[in-house]
Amino acid sequence: MAEGSRDQAAGVGTTDPEDDSPNMIVYRKIEDIVMRIQDEKAGGVAIRTVKSFLSKIPSVVSGADIVQWLMKNLSIEDAAEAIHLGSLIAAQGYLFPISDHVLTLKDDGTLYRFQSPYFWPSNCWEPENTDYAIYLCKRTMQNKARLELADYEAENLARLQRAFARKWEFIFMQAEAQVKIDRKKDKAERKILDSQERAFWDVHRPVPGCVNTTEMDIRKCRRERNPHRVKKSVYGVPDDSQSQPSPVHISSQPARKPTKEDVQKEITFLNIQLDRHCMKVSKVADSLMGYTEQFMEYDPFVSAVEPSNPWISDDTTFWDLEASRDPSQQRVKKWGFSLEEALKDPAGRDQFLKFLESEFSSENLRFWLAVQELKRRPLCEVASRAQEIWQEFLAEGAPSSINLDSHSYERTSQNLKDPGRYSFEDAQEHIFKLMKSDSYARFLRSNIYQDLLLARKKVSNTDLTSTLYSLALISFLLLFGVFAAT
Amino acid sequence: MCDQTFMAITFGPCDNCSTTSPLMNIYIKNEPTNYCSFCVEMMACQGLLKGETLASLKNESESLKKKLEEERAKLHDVELHQVAEKIEVVSALSIKTRRVLKGHGNKVLCMDWCKDKRRLVSSSQDGKVIVWDGFTLNKEHAVPMPCTWVMACAYAPSGCAIACGGLDNKCSVYPLSLDKNENLAAKKKSVAMHTNYLSGCTFTNSDMQILTSSGDGTCALWDVESGQLLQSFHGHTADVLSLDLAPSETGNTFVSGGCDKKANVWDMRSGQNVQSFETHESDINCCRLYDLRADREVAVYQKDSIIFGVSSLDFSLSGRLLFGGYNDYTINIWDVLKGNRVSMLFGHENRVSTVKVSPDGTSVCSASWDNTLRVSRALGMPWLLVLYSLT
Repeated sequence: MAEGSRDQAAGVGTTDPEDDSPNMIVYRKIEDIVMRIQDEKAGGVAIRTVKSFLSKIPSVVSGADIVQWLMKNLSIEDAAEAIHLGSLIAAQGYLFPISDHVLTLKDDGTLYRFQSPYFWPSNCWEPENTDYAIYLCKRTMQNKARLELADYEAENLARLQRAFARKWEFIFMQAEAQVKIDRKKDKAERKILDSQERAFWDVHRPVPGCVNTTEMDIRKCRRERNPHRVKKSVYGVPDDSQSQPSPVHISSQPARKPTKEDVQKEITFLNIQLDRHCMKVSKVADSLMGYTEQFMEYDPFVSAVEPSNPWISDDTTFWDLEASRDPSQQRVKKWGFSLEEALKDPAGRDQFLKFLESEFSSENLRFWLAVQELKRRPLCEVASRAQEIWQEFLAEGAPSSINLDSHSYERTSQNLKDPGRYSFEDAQEHIFKLMKSDSYARFLRSNIYQDLLLARKKVSNTDLTSTLYSLALISFLLLFGVFAAT
Repeated sequence: MCDQTFMAITFGPCDNCSTTSPLMNIYIKNEPTNYCSFCVEMMACQGLLKGETLASLKNESESLKKKLEEERAKLHDVELHQVAEKIEVVSALSIKTRRVLKGHGNKVLCMDWCKDKRRLVSSSQDGKVIVWDGFTLNKEHAVPMPCTWVMACAYAPSGCAIACGGLDNKCSVYPLSLDKNENLAAKKKSVAMHTNYLSGCTFTNSDMQILTSSGDGTCALWDVESGQLLQSFHGHTADVLSLDLAPSETGNTFVSGGCDKKANVWDMRSGQNVQSFETHESDINCCRLYDLRADREVAVYQKDSIIFGVSSLDFSLSGRLLFGGYNDYTINIWDVLKGNRVSMLFGHENRVSTVKVSPDGTSVCSASWDNTLRVSRALGMPWLLVLYSLT
């Protein structure tokens, strides 16, 4: 069991992986970033009060400053990437534009404010509609122009009024109480708090068309440890409704405590791993490099595709050629990489079979192919097919008798007493090794293979020559045409 | 270890074995009892055995883990990216989206390519499974599922069937008919049954077998025809979220990743867990490369500016490039050998749920929570070659 030797970058803080929210790791990372940005002494941005017309806007920073900070401190070379990251941090609810409901970051003079830790998503807010109703209601009670409801908010309010028709008096009272509490606060402080509260609701009740970042992957929901915990209210409203547990939140696998048997199994496993022969990283690295190097010319993301990549040119010739049994020189070259590669390609299989037939030793490959096919059969056909294979290749006086060592033969004959998909595994492995070390090498040297490998080269040369001739002719005609016109 | 010299308070039948002998006055679970010396010895040792065994086994396991780590560390003589310094850099890729597939009404959770390199199947939270011709953007089939959150889907190697499942805890196979009017849902075949959600499914090299992974912590291999369980794979201690087959046709292994922070390699024939890799972080947040021969992590792909997790990965055909779909709506493309990021693909408007390279490597498809799928391709050298030959 290998363990990662490298740890995540520092700054994760006191992450308790048992935390409720599945996004906790990301929240901690964002919080680390946001705290660093606000720490002016440690190289953060300058958060200032900006004068605007007759009023002052407290505690803001420009989008451009944030983008610059992100680029410098997170080693981002491309401004677009920094803007994208900043927009995501905003969308999650950690910073917001002071005069827009849509949470994105712009690389200009647009002013932004940071969210109060009280409203951070890591506090696992799941605000109810009653809270939202109270919020919208209290907004209508305040006469400030800046607190006017946007269209979608007005629509939401109307919907909630219908839904909570019976409770509306209660909601109205709560809203009034909130307004009274707010009035007691300092003016500048209120501006900031109001905007933060609005940004909170922009996350939990986003503008229609915006991504709702509070949506969770259902697989994580099912693993929530405490799905029935009492959710706290933003405005201190007691949760009087018996919340029905949604089917989504039924917890799945509770983490089992390891039993003695589990630990014993682990010990056995570890002992097996200790006995395993492993390769050095240097060897493995060379092997990986060799493999990628060999296949680079076949990788359409790295090398050119002949004649063209269908997804770019909208021309499917490339696919038609690949599907044909008439292989290109490049394709034939691949068969020489390994026996597996040759057998992967139907054309390669055909040619190898043809070669073996010419040597009167095709039974090995036919056996191998038959066993591969056996493993792909439905269960009900397996037993009978296995018997057929035995009769054809291994039984006394079999028509296509293959050569197996006595040990494998015994093993296989034993397996056939209760035939299954893997009855011939031993034999198949043995035959594959045989083909690899013997017939395959000779195949690569054979005329059948060499003709294909070289013949294609000649053809493509002629193609290239004729293309050049046509191009030369066209350019000559063009020049002639230009000359004649002047 | 028999000690007969003790204070005999009573003499009589032992409360345990009933033999008449000098008895010791002891307390078992706060109850006074009288045991003969032999029974006292037996009981005392047993108690010790029980308490000690689990702890001592755990100690043994821990020391073995340490030893294993030491042994493996000895083989870690160089870093992959150091060895890769001598090879050429991959030329800067300009990745462009060539097709956007719209039609799902909700988050697209999974997709799979057909072996014909142009068709693909996708499944969504809206309960629909759609088969597309990615090349023409044509929707060829749309199958409504009885449940929402269809988290897994797969295309059969023959191209004649698809498999899908999710919150219904099942994996069902639908044969694809050429007759557009035929109701595919009617031909549904229930194959796999788990006790929790289906997180992943794939056909093995045949239409006749399906490999599934589930939130119940197990993986399983099924015979499609009969629905019979061929092999089950136990070992994960939490939900299994993903699986992938070994690329070779001669291979018999697959790997599964779970919420227990482990990636396990399994032998399909025996059901045995042959190798296991563990990370310290939960819910894999950066990409790690483990080499099976070195039995070790050999590379990590991460950046300070990437703070959101990876949901899905795939290699390019040569294995040189690694495509990662992230929860920050982007796809990052890594140089597997050198360890640096080669390119980045924007475009999706919500998190990327699945990323898969087409079977011949000509394009990569990404499915997203923004209800769309995008097929993207690198603009590369062909144009340069043509220009060169004209001059």
